[in-house]
Amino acid sequence: MGLRNYIDKIKPNFEDGGKFARFHSTFEAFETFLYTPDTVTTSGAHIRDAVDMKRCLISVVFALIPCFLFGTWNIGYQHFLSLGEDVTFWQTVSYGLIKIIPLYIVSYIVGLTIEFLFAEIRHEAVNEGYFVTGFLIPLIMPVDVPLWMLALAVAFAVIIGKEVFGGSGMNVVNPALLARAFLFFSYPSKMTGDSVWIAEKADAYSGATPLGTLFNGGTVHDIPSLTDMFIGTIPGSIGETSKIAILIGGIFLIITGIASLRIIIATFIGAISMSLLISDIPFHYHLLMGGFMFGTFFMATDPVTAAQTNIGKCIYGFLIGAIAILIRVANPGYPEGMMLAILLLNVFAPLIDWCVVECNIYKRKKRWK
Amino acid sequence: MSKNWNLITAPLRKANPVTVLILGICSALAVTAKLKPAIVMALSVTVVTALSNLVISLLRKGIPSKIRIIVQLIIVATLVILVDQFLKAFMYDVSKQLSVFVGLIITNCIVMGRLEAFAMSHKPWESFLDGIGNGLGYGSILVIVAFIRELLGSGTLLGYHVIPQGLYDFGYVNNGLMILPPIALIIIGIIIWLQKPEEEK
Repeated sequence: MGLRNYIDKIKPNFEDGGKFARFHSTFEAFETFLYTPDTVTTSGAHIRDAVDMKRCLISVVFALIPCFLFGTWNIGYQHFLSLGEDVTFWQTVSYGLIKIIPLYIVSYIVGLTIEFLFAEIRHEAVNEGYFVTGFLIPLIMPVDVPLWMLALAVAFAVIIGKEVFGGSGMNVVNPALLARAFLFFSYPSKMTGDSVWIAEKADAYSGATPLGTLFNGGTVHDIPSLTDMFIGTIPGSIGETSKIAILIGGIFLIITGIASLRIIIATFIGAISMSLLISDIPFHYHLLMGGFMFGTFFMATDPVTAAQTNIGKCIYGFLIGAIAILIRVANPGYPEGMMLAILLLNVFAPLIDWCVVECNIYKRKKRWK
Repeated sequence: MSKNWNLITAPLRKANPVTVLILGICSALAVTAKLKPAIVMALSVTVVTALSNLVISLLRKGIPSKIRIIVQLIIVATLVILVDQFLKAFMYDVSKQLSVFVGLIITNCIVMGRLEAFAMSHKPWESFLDGIGNGLGYGSILVIVAFIRELLGSGTLLGYHVIPQGLYDFGYVNNGLMILPPIALIIIGIIIWLQKPEEEK
């Protein structure tokens, strides 16, 4: 227990009046990271539940691990496929790791630095909220995104998306998606097109995503087969390609009760009905292409930014699915609409909840009269 | 002396029309993609607020209060047309970039706000100074926003390239979001965020 003793020894330095009092939040964060804190609440009644915020957030990270592993392998696979080289499994994975680890380092260093800074300025405890955001951000980036752009996007997302509203749990829009939206509008040449989805690809090789191919006038016959899109051996953002990995993580989230099944089903219904209504290609293609599945399971269900009421969740999910497909099919500017649909509905979620609650009040009032 | 000086300096910080009173936001979003139109717009608004304040203050005792808004509008509109014609004659390219926004100074809340709140009840010289102060307060925010947007969005200032070619070779890319109007709202929001705690001291 040398570490425990050491922490106890240096602890007074970080209390009020100590030498390093201004680093109190940082110290506390590391202490609670290593050990269960010994402080207990002294006033009021509290409900204790095994699924506290830490458990909740770490579950999401666990659910993302299949996507992370498959994404890592797919980076290497796509790279060597474009070069036409035949390599072993371990070469593929190690190439993927070389590409993906810098993204994670940048994402966590920049994001956590800002989180700690704000916690110190506001004299608050450092919040674990960034662990999930930081894990999500690299998964929704194209593999070739320059690191300084990623750093800028993370800083923008954490400051403008989260800290101005008061930190984790107070944000209006999903910070990870905001980071992607920031890059999408700031540096479109690095975030869209055919060349960004495969790391150091051969020039002659087409690196278009299925959505990109369709967007540029291709037909269903030009894109990878349904099986490929389901397994995920296609170009795309790092974590979004494999639907199997997403489903494994998604089912884990549903079983643990963190993701709302209502939102997920409503999103699927919205997307299917909209694609039956306006799209030329069969609806199941839309479900398998691009970031639809990833967005549905991991982004739309974010409990902070989604609607809270049960009916509200259904409306919220339905509109995300419908608008995502509407943007894909009808918009002349962007091939993919999932990101914009989720961000839009994040903004409208409180309004939907308000309407549902007011409707309920109105109905009950009428019954009483 | 110090009271008159205060009329000019107060709107720059603690009574700033844009960041404190939240007036004139729409033109602040529209004309700040480049520094030059922003400066011209700032000067135009300063001229219009100062002169309309002066004229209304001179006429304030003779204006029947029932039709004062119409009288104010006529005077503001006259001044705006003069500014517009001046820009068309001497700075045609900038006037084209500003397009309708010079004409829309008529509807700028700052102008009407200062007429109603200040010029109708104060002496001409004070009103004139107040107009200049508020015009500059508006302009200062415009210039700050435009400076950031042009530098990061186009890599230029007043049309001259200031970001060295070496950086571009290194992989630097101009930020496309800075060209789009929403970022102006975010920058103004950040300025308000930074200014707020200082005021509360």
